[in-house]
Amino acid sequence: MKKLGLIVNPIAGMGGRVGLKGTDGIDILEKAIKLGAKPQSQNRTIEALKELEPLKGEIKLITYHDKMGEEAANSCCFSPDVIGAITGQTTTASDTKRAAKEMLDSGVDLLLFAGGDGTARDIYNAVGDSMTVLGIPAGVKIHSAVYACNPKRAGELALLFLEEKAKNILEAEVMDIDEEDYRKGRLRAKLYGYLKIPFERRYLQRVKAGSPVSEQYSQEAIAHEITENMSDEYYYIVGPGTTTRAIMKKLNLEDTLLGIDLIHKKKLVGNDLNEEDLLKEIKGEKTKLIITPIGGQGYLFGRGNQQLSPEVIKHVGKDNIIIVATKHKINSLLGRPLLVDTGDGATDQLLNDYFRVITGYREAIIYKVTS
Amino acid sequence: MKYSPKINEVLARSPKVAEVHPLQDVDTAQGALEIMYKLDTFLQEISGMKKFTMQPGGGSSAILAMASIIYAYHESRGEADKRDEIITTIFSHPSDAAAAAVKGYKVITLYQDEDGLPDVEALKKAVSERTAGLLITNPEDTGIFNPKIAEFVDVVHEAGGLCGYDQANANGILGITRANEAGFDLCFFNLHKTFSSPHGCGGPATGALGVTEELITYLPVPIVEFGGDRYYLSYNLLNTIGKVRAFYGVFPAVLRAYSWIMSLGAEGLKEAASVAVLNNNYILEKIKKIRGASAPYAKGRHRIEQVRYSWETLKEETGITTEDVTYRMADFGFHLWSSHHPFIVPEPFTIEPTESYSKDEIDEYLAGLEKIVGEAYEDPDRVKNAPYNSVVHKIDHSTLDDPEKWAITWRAYLKKHKKK
Repeated sequence: MKKLGLIVNPIAGMGGRVGLKGTDGIDILEKAIKLGAKPQSQNRTIEALKELEPLKGEIKLITYHDKMGEEAANSCCFSPDVIGAITGQTTTASDTKRAAKEMLDSGVDLLLFAGGDGTARDIYNAVGDSMTVLGIPAGVKIHSAVYACNPKRAGELALLFLEEKAKNILEAEVMDIDEEDYRKGRLRAKLYGYLKIPFERRYLQRVKAGSPVSEQYSQEAIAHEITENMSDEYYYIVGPGTTTRAIMKKLNLEDTLLGIDLIHKKKLVGNDLNEEDLLKEIKGEKTKLIITPIGGQGYLFGRGNQQLSPEVIKHVGKDNIIIVATKHKINSLLGRPLLVDTGDGATDQLLNDYFRVITGYREAIIYKVTS
Repeated sequence: MKYSPKINEVLARSPKVAEVHPLQDVDTAQGALEIMYKLDTFLQEISGMKKFTMQPGGGSSAILAMASIIYAYHESRGEADKRDEIITTIFSHPSDAAAAAVKGYKVITLYQDEDGLPDVEALKKAVSERTAGLLITNPEDTGIFNPKIAEFVDVVHEAGGLCGYDQANANGILGITRANEAGFDLCFFNLHKTFSSPHGCGGPATGALGVTEELITYLPVPIVEFGGDRYYLSYNLLNTIGKVRAFYGVFPAVLRAYSWIMSLGAEGLKEAASVAVLNNNYILEKIKKIRGASAPYAKGRHRIEQVRYSWETLKEETGITTEDVTYRMADFGFHLWSSHHPFIVPEPFTIEPTESYSKDEIDEYLAGLEKIVGEAYEDPDRVKNAPYNSVVHKIDHSTLDDPEKWAITWRAYLKKHKKK
């Protein structure tokens, strides 16, 4: 019997309708409740669970106490196995994390969770890539690609996965913006990591529909092109992301998925370097920088790779920046330019130009970069 | 799809055509050679090029021949090794990139700007001493005509490259614009797309390829020449790329195109183009009013011969995709074309009526789309589970994503799987 895990973040989405742009943190939650915010996530979870009714009696639903899943499951007439307990009056991030870990331990085939970007981050911090999950969008902020485009589609996709009709798995980005910044009008989404989700084109958010297999081969083709043209004269800084990871894999080198690595003569100089380490290593050396846009919005610099500071970019020089991206990733930008936000106006200005972007083996495109 | 006059089939089946043998003495095949020669002169007039070959077996074959001529041209100037890049655009036909890659070129693709047009500033960044040439469609697959096309050609010429015009589909521009006036060095027409020879679904076809005076010497051999009293085959081209197909081309396709042009005349060709554009823009206006459908780019402007539309809103609101609509259309006996690559426009669908359909027929087709959209909002499963009335139902395309699971030839299969 297949096991489905269910976690509901009961407070997700409460800030939205009262204009608070999110509910990360207890003060904001209290404010939201005072402003008359109503919980959204129960209804949205029920909407998704309805799609799973054909499997009632054929799957085991494991969920958390009370409003963290039990309530929604019961109202759909599922008879869930309820685990865990909530300690405080309201739920917090640590409840979500603990619940996710317990789901992992109980060996669920799929973990369905309702929430927003903050919830996705909590799930990611708890289970990483050790299980398959899927988000029911219920939060105010949905920048992460781990969510289906609406609750009904989340339910449909979960059904397909549990029936083994959707077999492919996609590494989807967990993104979040700083809510404090967002309230002040600055929108900065950052890549936090990748969760494994079931893949079926029609159910996922529009921008994330590259099939896992075709993406993998595109990344390998890019890695071929890059490694074939590597020169021993240069140091190569390798930025974060799954596309650059394929290059490291091709060279049989350890990769830091979310960090910066440095190689020379196809050998590793260092993993996960910060700005200071980088500048020290490349001082006086000819250097190229291999970078890929991360996290769906097309940011090259300034989102989760601040180690690549204006000083590093200046040392490398504009002509030695090698941008790589799969065609699917470029196409998902729907014509929007690639973006830079280095924190230094002059550097941003310098990068404001058309760049050659390597998209495959002996294939490139010309694409606009703007700040 | 274009109407192929039935009388042309009668002509093509006549023993005078069907029994012509490629190895018979040219003195006994003067009529066939005359038709090939005259079609060449018609296409010269339509494009402004100076000589055509009928040898390529279709559009992609003609593009490959263009890439071969571009290569031979640079080779004769000692630059073939240095000039290893071909530039194209994202909304040009994908074969422009594919055939160039087959020839061994690196492919540089320009993306669209906000208006859906390729960006001339990006082109300036793309050209260099490594540029071999430009292969471009215009109007592109969006149906938008690139008004800066002459500037594109100039930029590539200045960098030392040649420019090839993919005019496989010239339905909207016959008698209106010519490759020559935009400065192109090469162009080709698909006789089955523009000149009413039947499509044949990958069957025998012709990509008639024309070049400027300077490039005639590179054409495939033989070419058909006229000596004043007799037609003959000439193999006397100094830099010829050799043969690109057995013998002289697909003669029945050549004959049908010749017949179609002769029956319409210059005025008729121009009228065919005008009606094709009119039909297309009628459909555009109607589709813009269908719930869930949209026509990205070129807001408020007319299109040429086709439009790439989007079902993005339909998908967001109902979960119904382009693929679902395509299958459901089959239930009503309609064909919704299924090749919209690359998928830049979300949930794309492309419609090109050509000049052949009456208003009643177009309205019937639109009613099919409207009916399906109604179903999508009322009962999406009805659409999702289509088709109901066809023998072959759904095909799983996912294996095409995985190169391990396909090979285009037996030899490629053996190579891929390292079998001797």
